[in-house]
Amino acid sequence: MSDISDRVKKIVVEHLGVEEDKITDGASFIDDLGADSLDTVELVMAFEEEFGIEIPDDAAETIQTFGDAVKFITEAQA
Amino acid sequence: MSMQLMDGRRGLIMGVANDKSIAWGIARACAGAGARLAFSYQGEALKKRVEPLAASVGSDLVLPCDVGDADSLDALFDAVKEAWGGLDFVVHAIGFSDKAELRGRYVDTTPDNFRRTMDISVYSFTAVCQRATALMGPGGSCLTMSYYGAEKVMPHYNVMGVAKAALEASVRYMAEDLGKDGIRVNAISAGPIKTLAASGIGDFRYIMKWNELNSPLRRNVTQDEVGRSALYLLSDLGSGVTGEVLHVDAGYHVVGMKAVDAPDISTVTAREG
Repeated sequence: MSDISDRVKKIVVEHLGVEEDKITDGASFIDDLGADSLDTVELVMAFEEEFGIEIPDDAAETIQTFGDAVKFITEAQA
Repeated sequence: MSMQLMDGRRGLIMGVANDKSIAWGIARACAGAGARLAFSYQGEALKKRVEPLAASVGSDLVLPCDVGDADSLDALFDAVKEAWGGLDFVVHAIGFSDKAELRGRYVDTTPDNFRRTMDISVYSFTAVCQRATALMGPGGSCLTMSYYGAEKVMPHYNVMGVAKAALEASVRYMAEDLGKDGIRVNAISAGPIKTLAASGIGDFRYIMKWNELNSPLRRNVTQDEVGRSALYLLSDLGSGVTGEVLHVDAGYHVVGMKAVDAPDISTVTAREG
């Protein structure tokens, strides 16, 4: 779990250029971390590549926060 | 000092969204061969992605353009003319369709989305060529991007397949019209590549896996491979080639049936899922 969380955090830091301590479980990519709609698609693509999983569109729409992403990826890898 | 293939050539690249874009692979190949580049983008979200990429290949000519708007196209080519006085090549890697209609049945396509898809994915290349070739002399080259879904039915590609068929036909007609002036018009039909635009196509990962398992080269193609093939069509290496749709797809377009050694796709997706 913490491993997944760290890897997701690293992607978000690199992609959005935000400070690591801003990335809390409840941090919304769009509202809190400054992502635009293309960033959210790019983040999902980066998660798919990093973890070798598929995130379908309807699932991607539910991934609004950092915590959502970690939860989805953890379950996808279980 | 040795001459490079594209030394002194000025090219406009339309349709870079980010560093995964096929247009970016083409831009890198051209810049690497010595070309001077300009880029167009649509909207602020894309501007902030294109500007740093353009800067990384030494380009500061980054211009807005909505290809659905004639005035916007005029302004783009006026700006290119102002900056360079002429143009040697143009790359058009632009398409649009409502994502909701890139799944399900083609027969359900709505009139509004049909018109919009044809306008942005087909007519825009003609509109670009009208303006670009006015700035070109003999040796000019125009290139657009297609996909095998123009020729054969592909799951989910739907109205975009119909549009790409029309786009490929427009390449042939413009090759004839512009050939008399020594200007060439071609398309690349690339295999599936995971780009931002591709994320709008249903089951794209499945499509990529299928191509990987069944193409003669038993793999997918990269952005750089499309870039190098584009370089051939845009440079004098391709000086005798026009009206062509070049397949850069690991050979997938010659295949008629699943490869004997390809595993059943459901086992592959089940294992990965």
